[in-house]
Amino acid sequence: MSASDHLIPVVVSNVVEVNPIIKRFEFKHVNGDELPAFSGGAHIVVEMLDDGTKRKNPYSLMSSPFERDQYAISVRRDDTGRGGSKFMHEQVRPGMQMKISAPVNLFALDLRARKHLMIAGGIGITPFIAQMAQADKLGVPFELHYAARSVSQAAYMDSLADRFGDHVSCYCDDQGESVDLETLLSNQPLGTHVYVCGPKGMIERVVETATSLGWPAAHVHFEHFLAPPVGEPFEVHLAKAGIDITVGAEQSLLEAVEASGTPINCMCRGGACGQCETVVVACDGEIMHNDHWLDEEQRAAKQRIMPCVSRFRGKRLELDL
Amino acid sequence: MSESLIEESILSRPTYGTLKIVPGLAHYFLADASGAECVIRVVQELPRDMMEKVHILYVPTPGEAALITSLYALGAKRFEHFPTIDEAVAKLGEWLSDAKMGSQLYLAGTEGLVGQGVAKGEACGLDHTAVQCEHRGSLARRVQCVHCKTMIEDVTTQPVKCPSCDLLLLVRDHYSRRLAAFQGVCINAEDPSEEIEIKEVFK
Repeated sequence: MSASDHLIPVVVSNVVEVNPIIKRFEFKHVNGDELPAFSGGAHIVVEMLDDGTKRKNPYSLMSSPFERDQYAISVRRDDTGRGGSKFMHEQVRPGMQMKISAPVNLFALDLRARKHLMIAGGIGITPFIAQMAQADKLGVPFELHYAARSVSQAAYMDSLADRFGDHVSCYCDDQGESVDLETLLSNQPLGTHVYVCGPKGMIERVVETATSLGWPAAHVHFEHFLAPPVGEPFEVHLAKAGIDITVGAEQSLLEAVEASGTPINCMCRGGACGQCETVVVACDGEIMHNDHWLDEEQRAAKQRIMPCVSRFRGKRLELDL
Repeated sequence: MSESLIEESILSRPTYGTLKIVPGLAHYFLADASGAECVIRVVQELPRDMMEKVHILYVPTPGEAALITSLYALGAKRFEHFPTIDEAVAKLGEWLSDAKMGSQLYLAGTEGLVGQGVAKGEACGLDHTAVQCEHRGSLARRVQCVHCKTMIEDVTTQPVKCPSCDLLLLVRDHYSRRLAAFQGVCINAEDPSEEIEIKEVFK
């Protein structure tokens, strides 16, 4: 069973070009029903039927948790990826019917916080737009520090500055600006929680700086969805189903398992939540562990794999599915 | 002074560790006379330039001065001492209200002091992982009479008579972190005439 088994039929109500690389997509229920409730930081999985290939990619909801008549996501175009963002940018038009999962939140605000400190890099801004609407309504202090490559790429900066004023600061690489993490994280009142969403390097810098300053781990939150990487095709034997499947170059192992009709748990589809953890029955070769879930010891043991993002190279891989 | 002799019990009953300095922007200490040696042990190991980050609060035993002198000599940025735990904990609250994320709190001494320090830290927004406790000295308990809500300090006997409502209380291992107190529940409710021997058990 997984969140994406019960898909919600939606119609694309609007597509907005935010800047040359980012588009916003808005969805309404096909019957005009209210969509499921969610909290800031939640994501949905969007099903894409792309010329015979079924893709399911996770995207953070950026619309207000207090508005249930529609959802909004933003998608950054990645021409070197597997094609999901390219499909969204090129094929999805207003009026089109699609399917989405119910929202799942792996990046929720900690409601015990006395202040929320949000740090966004690039398209990592999207969960914070929903979280700021929530924090604002709850009356809890918050601050957003938003780093982008350039003013033109800082999606939504103007509208956020209009809505939230001084709570929002922007830093543009091309202006030589950057977030001074050491100073920022040294001046937060007790009870502050920090949240970071953006490129891997940025998450690592925030986590390292906070840890070295003595921030408790429970006050440091991050979300880094991985797009499943492309790679060489490989064969997998599914022991319980008794079948062999082939994972295509631009397909994830999870997608290949699903395409074979074999049941498998999953949720985030981005290597973060742990739901799809699968037992490896036999492995003669190398597992490319691309997830954030398994620890170093588990990776080395080659007894577990996260099919949503990890791949295989070698003679034989047999899974307990 | 002996090291902690607390026996394993139910989950609610706090257990304590050994103070150890961890990375932090500021280090706050609260100790009574039993815990002073723990503060001295960890602070005197610190490099000189870290003393700018050290803040110490102390509750001496009445009439005692030697430990005050030793603690003062550590050269902390702030050192203050108070005659009662209540006053020292109130001062800790003042200090923590201006403190920043990355602050660490170290508590050492009797359970009453440690428990009230933990509760104050939590009330000021400190995560429990940023609070370290080392138990030293007496096992005397701070007990709440669950019937009339009176707080009874330094309880050493089992059972104990509530000074406010006169009920004879069984001192449980059930501990409230919010109140920083063990729960005292009437031991002879069915038959108040039942005589129960009062023994000194929390030494």
